[in-house]
Amino acid sequence: MSNIPTSTVPTNDVLAAADLSVELGGLPVVRGIDLRVGQGEAVALMGGNGSGKSTVIRALLRLIPSQRGSVRLFGTPLSGFRDWSRIGYVPQHSTVTQSTAKVKEVVSAGRLARRTPFVPMRVTDRAAIADALTAVGIRDRAGHEMTRLSGGQQQRVLIARALAGQPDLLVLDEPTAGVDLAHQRILADHLAGLVRNGTSVLVVLHEVGPLRGLIDRAVVLHEGRVIHNGPLGNLGEHYQGRHEQEESTVDSSWLGGTVEP
Amino acid sequence: MTELLSLPFMQRALLAALLTGLMAPAIGTYIVQRRLSLLGDGLGHVAIAGVGLALITRQAPIPVAVAVCVLGAVAVEILRQQGKATGDVGLAILFYGGLAAGVLMSGIAGAGAGALAQYLFGSLTTVTGSDLTLVGVLALVVLVPAIGLAPQLFAVCSDEDFARVQGQPVRLYNLLIVTLAAVTVTLAMRTVGLLLVSALMVVPVAASQNLVRGFYATLGCAMAIGVLVSVGGAAGSYFADTAPGALIVVLAIAVFAVSWPASVLLRRRRSAELELPELPESIEDEELVLPHVKADSHEHQHYPGCGHPYVQHGDHTDFIHEGHRHAQHADHYDEH
Repeated sequence: MSNIPTSTVPTNDVLAAADLSVELGGLPVVRGIDLRVGQGEAVALMGGNGSGKSTVIRALLRLIPSQRGSVRLFGTPLSGFRDWSRIGYVPQHSTVTQSTAKVKEVVSAGRLARRTPFVPMRVTDRAAIADALTAVGIRDRAGHEMTRLSGGQQQRVLIARALAGQPDLLVLDEPTAGVDLAHQRILADHLAGLVRNGTSVLVVLHEVGPLRGLIDRAVVLHEGRVIHNGPLGNLGEHYQGRHEQEESTVDSSWLGGTVEP
Repeated sequence: MTELLSLPFMQRALLAALLTGLMAPAIGTYIVQRRLSLLGDGLGHVAIAGVGLALITRQAPIPVAVAVCVLGAVAVEILRQQGKATGDVGLAILFYGGLAAGVLMSGIAGAGAGALAQYLFGSLTTVTGSDLTLVGVLALVVLVPAIGLAPQLFAVCSDEDFARVQGQPVRLYNLLIVTLAAVTVTLAMRTVGLLLVSALMVVPVAASQNLVRGFYATLGCAMAIGVLVSVGGAAGSYFADTAPGALIVVLAIAVFAVSWPASVLLRRRRSAELELPELPESIEDEELVLPHVKADSHEHQHYPGCGHPYVQHGDHTDFIHEGHRHAQHADHYDEH
């Protein structure tokens, strides 16, 4: 519940992965990456299609097993981590978009980590759900069926679901995909407000777009390895992954963060 | 009707039907959400093996069938979780193996395949007092988690990954759902029967999705439809002298058939509450110049309530027909 990080490790990292390696179907997809997110820091995870961004996210959240390395969330090793209410997750795709459930019902799933089974929702739960719906500008559609929304609206519902849990760390997998610019700006403003209040953000992005002002640091993956870790600098505004180029060596210009758009 | 209620076996049969009508759609709502509509059918086949085993061992059929069906359901779910039952083939072998084993054991027990018929399509006269007690107890065991854990089970059925990141025991809940489904299927053998029970899990949910919006409303409405068709079908089958399961399922499908046009009507009424895709205010900075397009000759005079759906569009109203949005402008209509 509190915003004060647990102090089992001396750093104030809310997320720290070291030497993380993940294989999918025997193929190494993530190869020994280090990744950390400090308290109140907003980190963008970037890279082309198939560079391993989503796989990293899924391994960090224990949705898929990792073959090597360690992950700590709020100082606790991942295998022993129980404080899931501190994490808000926006998946890249969700089966809930095919559900006939109402928007409000979908968003209320974001409160589950804070709720006790068999106990009805409290006033604080309802308030958090209403706030989350407002934050993504979809409160007037709270009673609509999920299947009848457009793709961008569904994406915003998934974001609201993560915000409803009032997490200390938000993990977003391409949250702006399919969302129009105006609503990307609304989202960026809201996230910036959260970050100012100490929320940490790890966000997978394909294009930086309106979220640029929010990002403290960018980590760029290429074929499962980190090839850039530092300020966004002049990484292209419309960053395109070079998945079509078969480069065995890392282009030195990438390390300097000088990627041509 | 009073004659019906004064018969002790009918009292037991109607109570059993009532409980089944509550349970099957409740658990069916989760099964449909998980897109496993045919799971109930498969579990019914496994339960037949349980009945065969009960006939051979000369035990009461319901407890033995519950045990066998729950074991089968748990086995299937564990195989699924380990990614080993992704293909239909493994499930088909298990399910038809259950049916074959049931018929075989029934034959060995000297009862013949015909003895199974009362379990396949239900039989009003066979609900004993001890059956009813067991059905009552197990109905509580099914309904309490199915309703009390609705938020958790909904989250698991609609988005497993997200539920896991919310720290929910996803595997446990998945096992719970199939276990409850197995119990429900088996308890339904006296009323709807093992071959038709799956219809009572799925059809009321499908009808309910046509009639109401949202997950919880679907759950409640499906249970109401379930009770209506189960009790109605059980009572009707007494007069029609048929197997209750057949009439229950026919009634359920009739409700579904009626819900279809009803959903069209409801949707038309809701279209009066149509809203335009929202335009964020900031879009106005982007110097959007809307072209002035006149509608073709237009005899009809629109007014609120003229029968055409309408939406508020800024400071005026657009009327919608034949794929056009018409807004009144001076002496003509504009295409908006």
